[in-house]
Amino acid sequence: MTAIGVLSGVAAEPGLALRERHCRALQDLDLYEAMLAIRVFEERVRELRLDGDVVGSVHLEIGQEAIPVGALLALRPGDPVFSTYRGHGWALACGSPFAAVFGELLGRETGVNGGRGGSAYFSDVAHGFYGENSIVGAGAPIACGAALAAKRAKSGAAVLTVFGDGAMNQGSVSEALNFAAALKLPVIFLCENNRYSELTLLADVVPSDQLYERGGPYRIPGVRIDGNDARTVAAAVAEAADRARAGDGPSLIEAMTERIAGHYIGDHEQYRGPGELERICADEPLVRLARNLPTADLREVQGRVAHLMRRASTSALEADLADASAVRDHLYADGALYA
Amino acid sequence: MREMTYAQAINAALDRALGERAETLLYGEDVAKWGGIFGCTKGLATKYGDRVFDTPISESAILGSAVGAAMLGQRPIVEIMWIDFALVALDQLVNQAANVRYVSRGALTAPLTVRTQQGAMPGSCAQHSQNLEAFFAHTPGLVVGLPATAQDAHDMLLSAIWCDDPAIVIENRTLYFDRTEPVALDSPVAPVGGARVVREGADITVVTWSAMVRKALAAAESAASEGVDVEVIDLRWLRPLDMHTVLSSLAKTSRLMVVHEANRTGGFGAEIAARVAEDALDLLDAPVRRVAVPDSRIPAAPHLQQALIPTKEHIARELVMLGKF
Repeated sequence: MTAIGVLSGVAAEPGLALRERHCRALQDLDLYEAMLAIRVFEERVRELRLDGDVVGSVHLEIGQEAIPVGALLALRPGDPVFSTYRGHGWALACGSPFAAVFGELLGRETGVNGGRGGSAYFSDVAHGFYGENSIVGAGAPIACGAALAAKRAKSGAAVLTVFGDGAMNQGSVSEALNFAAALKLPVIFLCENNRYSELTLLADVVPSDQLYERGGPYRIPGVRIDGNDARTVAAAVAEAADRARAGDGPSLIEAMTERIAGHYIGDHEQYRGPGELERICADEPLVRLARNLPTADLREVQGRVAHLMRRASTSALEADLADASAVRDHLYADGALYA
Repeated sequence: MREMTYAQAINAALDRALGERAETLLYGEDVAKWGGIFGCTKGLATKYGDRVFDTPISESAILGSAVGAAMLGQRPIVEIMWIDFALVALDQLVNQAANVRYVSRGALTAPLTVRTQQGAMPGSCAQHSQNLEAFFAHTPGLVVGLPATAQDAHDMLLSAIWCDDPAIVIENRTLYFDRTEPVALDSPVAPVGGARVVREGADITVVTWSAMVRKALAAAESAASEGVDVEVIDLRWLRPLDMHTVLSSLAKTSRLMVVHEANRTGGFGAEIAARVAEDALDLLDAPVRRVAVPDSRIPAAPHLQQALIPTKEHIARELVMLGKF
């Protein structure tokens, strides 16, 4: 079995099958394949954006792939995930079919939300992906509610909400931390710290860039980890999920990473210092993991992933555009009342 | 039928919802232990245990968690103590709750209910006296209702809770305790929507809602003594909007006045006037008249408030003028 699977009964198209592997011994090559799938997906999105097939703001996960892959290895089916607008990789890690996510970005009927969400605000609840959010920090209180529901239903679910370092400065995240701690909610706050809050260095706008310490005042265990190592991420998320499932409340994980792409496609990244990108690229998750893997194995995986992404993006491009005659459907349960 | 205040009717509706629907939750600031600052949730925590709980003063967390809990099958009823406080967390209603069903094409829904209250009372400061219904009515995806009677405070709240979309029920603080009315408690829960003709008349249609319904009714009595026969419509819901009742009335009266406690510019009265202009201009024999707060901040001193907020006398004067047009 590889990291890429066809999820029976959910989709006919290939996607990552990470949750199902949660208890298995992991091979480095599987981790590499999963992260590479996200990388190649994002690179194809960049091409489609630059070609004009995809339009609008697009925020790529390139460089940060180890976090969604590690996190989803530690979660179970039924654990809701809430991400940010930098969320393609999170949806894929949850198991969304590649073609359906391409289709979403391309405004196709076959897109996970039929083109209504676009790159920055789609969800795929069938795969436990409760959605991106284009309002920085807004997902944290919503995840608290999902955790409240899980707690009431005694479902044993742990809810994961991921956001960037910039979101830690939003009031909604502070409110969510306190709310979750006060109510002992089974929620995992995962901060992807790529050091840049959009175009501004985090360190320039905070008194301390040790974000994990912000759990302390709320009595939330906080930990800072290497976010470029999927196993480290998986271990931290597994520990937090155990705590959540045991009824011991929320956790805060600060996963240190680097964004290789800009904040959005078109970001000229003039804020980078000399040699910064070279240093980052020398230690990014794929490069790091590939060092110890046989070249032949890497080639095989690279070939397979490239083939799958070509196939998925081609099938999305060939699909029909979303039906504009249905554009006001689903505003309400009973739309006739609001015609 | 039981004699009760508007506040007691709300309490009875919440009791019924918590009793009949296991997926309901009730929470907000001061709602559990102390039963809410206006007593609307009194006794419910004792009766329903941890399904009714107090929260920190964190409107984003209250509304955001309601969105998330609703997405996962709960039916949260949350209180925002004053509508003015909703502004610190408007994101969770406008950017979040209202988008859930639409963007996911119905794969996710957010059937939450927000209870809040608005309106000016003597001494209430400029941050505790606004009438903001138009903000919410401007947002497709939300359901917006404003009950004017104890019966509607009960019935409309239940309709909102039963409804599968995010709903905001905007109560009016001046109505909570000022009188008792007979309230039927066991009727079937109606779907949201529907205006009501609360006074029949032949000369002018007044469209109004919330606390202004009573003022308009009293003004209609005054106008009647001067020979102007006024029909009064309690609009009840702004979303969904029942224009059918408004247009049917106009077909009879040919004159329209809209009365609301909110500011004139961009107030929901403008929407009523615009719809009539678009769809039924030929029904009108006179210009549409809006009676509203004349675009102002709201001062605290009672006599200053009175200079701004439409009174019975003010409405009656306008009715007589419009009747003579």
